[in-house]
Amino acid sequence: MTSPQVTVPAGAAAPAGRTSRRASRRSWAGWLFIGPFMAVFALVFLAPIAYSIYLSVFRNQLIGGTAFVGLDNYARALGDAQFWSALGRVSLFLAVQVPVMLFIALVVALALDSGRLYGRSFFRISIFLPYAVPAVVATLMWGFMYGTRFGLVGNINQAFGLNLPSPLSSELVLASIGNIVTWEFIGYNMLIFYSALTVIPKSLYEASEIDGAGQLRVITAIKLPAIRGAIVVASIFSVIGSFQLFNEPSILKSLSPNTISTYFTPNLYAFSLSFSGQQYNYSATVAIIMGLITMAIAYAVQVRGMRKER
Amino acid sequence: MSVQTASRPRSAGTGTSSPTRLRTTRLRSPRTARRSRRSVALTLLMGLVLLYSLAPLFWLLVNATKTQDGLLNSFGLWFGGDFALWDNIARTATYDGGIFLRWFANTVLYVVLGAGGATFLAVLGGYALAKFDFPGRKAVFAVVIGAVAIPGTALAVPTFLMFSQMGLTNTPWAVIIPSLISPFGLYLMWTFASEAIPTEIMESARIDGASEARTFFQVCLPLLTPGIVTVLLFTMVATWNNYFLPLIMLKNPDWYPLTLGLNAWNAQAATAGGEAIFNLVITGSLLTILPLIAAFLLLQSYWQSGLSAGSVKE
Repeated sequence: MTSPQVTVPAGAAAPAGRTSRRASRRSWAGWLFIGPFMAVFALVFLAPIAYSIYLSVFRNQLIGGTAFVGLDNYARALGDAQFWSALGRVSLFLAVQVPVMLFIALVVALALDSGRLYGRSFFRISIFLPYAVPAVVATLMWGFMYGTRFGLVGNINQAFGLNLPSPLSSELVLASIGNIVTWEFIGYNMLIFYSALTVIPKSLYEASEIDGAGQLRVITAIKLPAIRGAIVVASIFSVIGSFQLFNEPSILKSLSPNTISTYFTPNLYAFSLSFSGQQYNYSATVAIIMGLITMAIAYAVQVRGMRKER
Repeated sequence: MSVQTASRPRSAGTGTSSPTRLRTTRLRSPRTARRSRRSVALTLLMGLVLLYSLAPLFWLLVNATKTQDGLLNSFGLWFGGDFALWDNIARTATYDGGIFLRWFANTVLYVVLGAGGATFLAVLGGYALAKFDFPGRKAVFAVVIGAVAIPGTALAVPTFLMFSQMGLTNTPWAVIIPSLISPFGLYLMWTFASEAIPTEIMESARIDGASEARTFFQVCLPLLTPGIVTVLLFTMVATWNNYFLPLIMLKNPDWYPLTLGLNAWNAQAATAGGEAIFNLVITGSLLTILPLIAAFLLLQSYWQSGLSAGSVKE
């Protein structure tokens, strides 16, 4: 499950190559320092992955206990309409929410870096702050605001005599979740882009100034190519995040039980399978399939991002 | 316009040590400011994003001052009715035998041990990856980076089953132990350490007869401070805000962290005969986010320099 190339961040290769040249001698001393990390890592990452694969090839039957069933669970998932509906929903979410969020974050980062903004550090820290808010609090907060009873939508309807649709209705609830996630992560992504922008050597700007390049040209010809690695990494994190969507829908469910099903997202589905349905084996299978799909798409994003660069 | 200058600066700042580069970063801002005039239009445009980011937090602040009745009867984005903030805080702290304070203490416990431990392991590991050429180094890199792509929730069920066989579920350890691993922290620390620690310093310490441990703690650790603060803040956020892991691991509300507790209070209104305490949910939410926001504001200069030195920068 751990294909090495999957998410090698663009920056990772550089320090690796550099340090191996510089590091003094090859010895086991490094294990004194990486050992503790790897020991805990084996316990909370590797062992569960192995156990998960093991679980996915068994089935717990009412009669006869646990039986080896090979790939039956996988076959079942491929024919499972609820699983496909969940996967379709997060794919739609991914296709719309991630580009919107990353675009806004990129614009903000470029604006901060342009030096044309009043109160730059105030903007930077304020737009980042939502990242420090727990998903639970963010969802409760937006959930209350969405409410037609004492939420803002209700207030607006009352004040202006409008009849705005409820953001928690089944047509709008996915977009409403997208809004919460966007709100939470614009600042985080902005910071990734901004950090990458600040380390562009200023000689490049000077050269472009001599060449008479305008602001827009500097952005398209210098800044965007220079931070492509950061954009790829942010996209990969966002892909992973979208496929893992759980907290927001699961918390909104208590405010809007009828519009969010137990299989709203693949993770919610895997969760309900094991903790309400006791179907641990099938749940592990769903989780593994999602892990594989996530890695495949993250890998595709990386390959595409890196190819364009050349 | 030469296309050459536009090619990617592959060695962006990598040749210089971190302090030098940070200085040049700071020097650049006045220069850019001189070159291009400040723009009111751009500031206003960014003001929209600012409004979007801060309005919900303002909503939270305003509504934490309202009673349960006030919430229903006043406009959401402005103060109204009685000013009940202090009363709300007192009721949040004492409701149900003061369980909120218990949740707060639990969260602090999870953060101190989980985020503290995660940072410690990430610093040690990142230092090893940056500064040692040890057998298996490439494998460690591949496994850890590959693991980042695995959905955390995909591990939840097997981890739960494993921990339940070890008798760890429903204890604080079930939350703390998985929090100890932060692949992002390891990566951040690794890139930071490779820039912040000159190999020559380590070599001279070794020539002076210092042990590996002594070289690390006395020579290298001080150089890593901005990176450590950055990793600590990000692991703190991850642990403080953790919801999924405690949700599956803990049944006993006495061990809940704040996130789980707040959700339980909110869900209470939907249960038959449950008392709606939305004003306490809102006040509790405000109290939950204040410590992290304070930490980010107070440590701004540290974590921002740590991030731009150690983060993805190509």
